Parts: sequence; structure tokens; C-alpha cells
Amino acid sequence: MKPIPPDSVGLVTPARLRFAKPLVLASGGVLADYELVYETYGTLNAKASNAVLVCHALSGSHHVAGYHDESDKRPGWWEHHVGPGKSLDTRKFFVVACNNLGSCFGSTGPASINPASGRPYGPEFPMVTVGDWVASQARLADELGIGKWAAVVGGSLGGMQALQWAIDYPDRVAHAVIIAAAPKLTAQNIAFNEVARQAILTDPDFHEGRFYDHGTEPRRGLRIARMLGHITYLSDDIMHEKFGRGLRGEKLNFDYQVAFEVESYLRHQADSFVGRFDANTYLLMTKALDYFDPAGAADGGLAAALAAVKADTLVMAFTSDWRFAPARSREIVKALHDNDLNVSYAEIKASHGHDAFLMRIPRYVDIFTAYMDRVFAGLPS
Amino acid sequence: MTPARVDFRIIGDWIRPGSRVLDLGCGDGSLLAYLAHSKGASGYGLEIDDAHVGECIKRGVNVIQTDLDAGLSEFDERSFDYVVLSLTLQAVRYPDRLLREMLRVGTEGIVTFPNFGHWRTRWQLGVLGRMPVSAALPHEWYNTPNIHLCTLRDFARLCERERIEVLESQVVDHAHRQRLALRLLPNLLGEIALYRFRRARLP
Repeated sequence: MKPIPPDSVGLVTPARLRFAKPLVLASGGVLADYELVYETYGTLNAKASNAVLVCHALSGSHHVAGYHDESDKRPGWWEHHVGPGKSLDTRKFFVVACNNLGSCFGSTGPASINPASGRPYGPEFPMVTVGDWVASQARLADELGIGKWAAVVGGSLGGMQALQWAIDYPDRVAHAVIIAAAPKLTAQNIAFNEVARQAILTDPDFHEGRFYDHGTEPRRGLRIARMLGHITYLSDDIMHEKFGRGLRGEKLNFDYQVAFEVESYLRHQADSFVGRFDANTYLLMTKALDYFDPAGAADGGLAAALAAVKADTLVMAFTSDWRFAPARSREIVKALHDNDLNVSYAEIKASHGHDAFLMRIPRYVDIFTAYMDRVFAGLPS
Repeated sequence: MTPARVDFRIIGDWIRPGSRVLDLGCGDGSLLAYLAHSKGASGYGLEIDDAHVGECIKRGVNVIQTDLDAGLSEFDERSFDYVVLSLTLQAVRYPDRLLREMLRVGTEGIVTFPNFGHWRTRWQLGVLGRMPVSAALPHEWYNTPNIHLCTLRDFARLCERERIEVLESQVVDHAHRQRLALRLLPNLLGEIALYRFRRARLP
């Protein structure tokens, strides 16, 4: 393979922490005992003031940057933005990335063994919310000796966690960076999630979530869910640009095999997702998205929900994102300035749709870097 | 901190310390940075230009990227002590609507604009028969963003029509200097006009 680029954090090893103290969840369920897997990059300073938490989105993980092995084909999912000299500059910041509860990448989730039964949790794994994740991340922060984050950062569902952090722990967040997010899902967003869930739930291999016991998994359902998701992550423009009506072969073949490039792309995305991602986790993550609504809990809407927030905030949105459109980010911005909080908002021109938050777009990088430079300059020294 | 421009100093002299300020078309954020430093002011700048938004963030000025022509509907009534519109009035689609919006979200408004009644613009249009180009109005007619130019008198008439009470006004030349002659013949010699105003009380 190619040598690891100098602006990468390089080889990294995930860490694991066990929490024996029960975590009471929003659903009323309890996780008596759980593990969190996380990665860190950079060095925590003597005052523990330079820590940045990166929260991941639906299919993300703690593997944000660098490589686990020299043979890895791909680095972590936010390699563009985390590393020496990048927006989250690991020479300045101690970056922490935690795998969320319910995930299938190492932290306790539906595929983990339930100590009560000795077999995988499956459908017994309790539903988790964005607030539950934030509470579990706060315990991780305690263990790492981080009293207050210099910044909590995330895109999409990760941005929602950054917002929730600012609400739930106002004294533990100096800055929140909320990218391509929304203060709650629309009916259309929930509808897409429901179609994805139905694809999984009605797959005969789902076995009511006990597919582990049957040595199988709901591949068809998970594939369709992922294909649907990918359509919503891209814009019409970028699909036109990438695939258009381009054909895989020379001519139309008048059958149901792949004819168009876009079909090939979606099938490839689906194939690479199956075997890597857990169907129960997909169900849980989409529910966490659907249930996220900090304003719903507050009488008086989002501004009232953010009344306790103290963090300074940077909100960024992308012009072609129709899953969480710029107007949704503006709702967050309005609620923050209604509370006279320091907030900046940048709308980045990008054709990539929702996926833009993962890309290296020069203006996005510039704004993100400029803001993080201010965060660094303001660190208590 | 010395103000970069005299118009900034005049605005700084006009506002009360610790005010909440909304700066419409805030550019690189230098006015807000100056007001924060010299007057302890806080607030937000609204700006549409990508590069300017980045400059604001570098300076640590709160900036919200938005199109002023879309209005200020996201801001509640009386959210700010002052709403400032610096050298931008002439470039918006509906200056009259924007003035009304300024006095909805702010207690007072401050506007600065290039005076189209300056003798040099009159000379270029009236004698040479060409659209004026000057230090304050550097664009050619075909590429200017300035679509609603006005004179001091025009602005005063609009204020009257809109029941806006002018509290203070000043003119400066293109180097943002104040001189005695400007005070005597503002509409002829002033290149940049500055106004502070509020909604007129009903008689």
C-alpha cells in the first residue's frame, strides 16, 4: 500500500473502557454494565483544556482518523478534517472519538452478549437516544479527566449530539460545532427512516432481531435500507454529475441486471455495508434520529430548550443538502441568537448533498479551521 | 484600538456602551470588532459574501451568512439596540422595506451611504453626461452592485414618508474626513452620509 501521508495521525489503536455503573436511559431501560470503545489523537495538555469530542453519525464509528493497520485501504471516516495541520489539528487539540452505545463497532450494542442471558442482546437491547449517548460520553470524559471540552463537534446525527451536549452540560462545553444537522427530523426524514426499517423488519432473515441465533442476517433488508439512505445523502445534481444516465455496458440489455451506472453504485454501496453493519444497530440509530427533538421537551420551542446553553457555536450547512437543508440549520442559529449566545453560521456551496460534511471542500475547510484556530487561541492557558 | 475609518468612529461615538448591535452587510467584521473593543458592544453581523464570512470568523466576530434581500424575519422585534447598515443601502433590492425591518428588530437604526448628490457625481452626469464613477462609487454602470443610489435629500424625504425620525446625521468625504465646508454644504460636498434614526413617535 501507499505510505501513510504525513498529514495523517498515522497508526492508531482503539481503546476500551468498561462502566459498571448502571446507565438509566430515556426509554426507562437500564444498561447495568457497558463498554465504550474510543480513539484519541494528540496530547491532552496539563490543564486538560484542549480536548475536542468528535461525535459520529448514523453509520460512523470511533475510527475518525488514521489507520488501524498498514494494510488498511482506507483511513478513518473524517481523515479530511482530523490530523496534524487539519481543521481539528492534532498538534493543538486532544481529539476524542467515542463509538456510541448501540453501535456494532465495539461499544456495547445489540450484537454484544447480554450478561443476563449469556446470548446476544438482539431485540432486548434497549433503545438509546441522543441524550443517552451524551450521558455516556460524559462518563467517558470523566474517566479521561476532561472536565470541559474545548469543543464538541459533529456532522449530521453527530451535530445533534454536539447540540445536546451544549444543552445537557452547559458548563462542560466551551464551543459546539454543528455541521449539516437539524434541531429535529421532519415528517419526510422520519418517512425515509421508516421505509429503511420496514425493509429490515420484513426481511424473513430478520427473525425478530434474533438473527444471530440463526447464523444469518437480514441482508436484503439492510441492503435496501442502505441504498435508500445513499439516495438521501446525495443531491440530484451530484448524481447527475457522477452517473447521469451512463450505462454500465454498451447498450440497454432489457433485463433486470445492472444497466445504469447509478444502479451499480447503489448495489456496490449496499454490498459493502452488509457484513460490516448490524441490522439491529441500523434500526436503533434511525430511531435515535427520529426521537431527537430537544424543543419537544421544552415549553416554548427550541429557544427555550437552549436557554441554559453557554457554549459559543459554529453552525455550518451545505447548499445542496436536502436531507438536513440549510433552513434546518438556520432554526438552530435562530434559537441560539434568540438567547443572545455567540453563534456564527456559514452556508457552504457544495453539490455533494448531505454527504458534503465528509468531504474536503476548500471553503468548508477554511471556515472550520478559522473557527478552531479561535477556539485554540481562547484556551485557558 | 484606532478605528480603521472615521465613519466607524462616528458610529462608535453614537452608540451607548454595552449595546446589542446587528450589522447588516457587515463585510469583514471590522466595524463590529471595533465596536466590541471600544464600546463593549455585542451582537451579530449578517453577510452574504463567502470570503467576508471567513474573515469575520477569523476575527472572532459573530457572523450569520444570509441574504439581506430575504429580510430579517428570523429576528424578533426589538432584539437589538442598534441595527447598522453601512454602505449597503444602495445595493439592496428594497431599501424602504429594509429600513422598516431595521426599526422593527432594533430600537434605533444607523445607515451610511454614498451621496449621489455630491458635486463630482453631479458634474459627471450633468455636464459630462456619463454615469458617475468615483472613490465612493468605483463601479461602472454595467457592473455596479449599487442599484438604489440616492442623495441626502432623497434619503430625508424617504424618512419623512416612512415616519422615521432622524436623530443625528453627518457627512464625510471619500477619505472619511470631516471638514467645515462639508457641514455647510453637505449634499454638495459630502461623499458619505451617516444617519442615526428611530421610529417617529406619533404626535
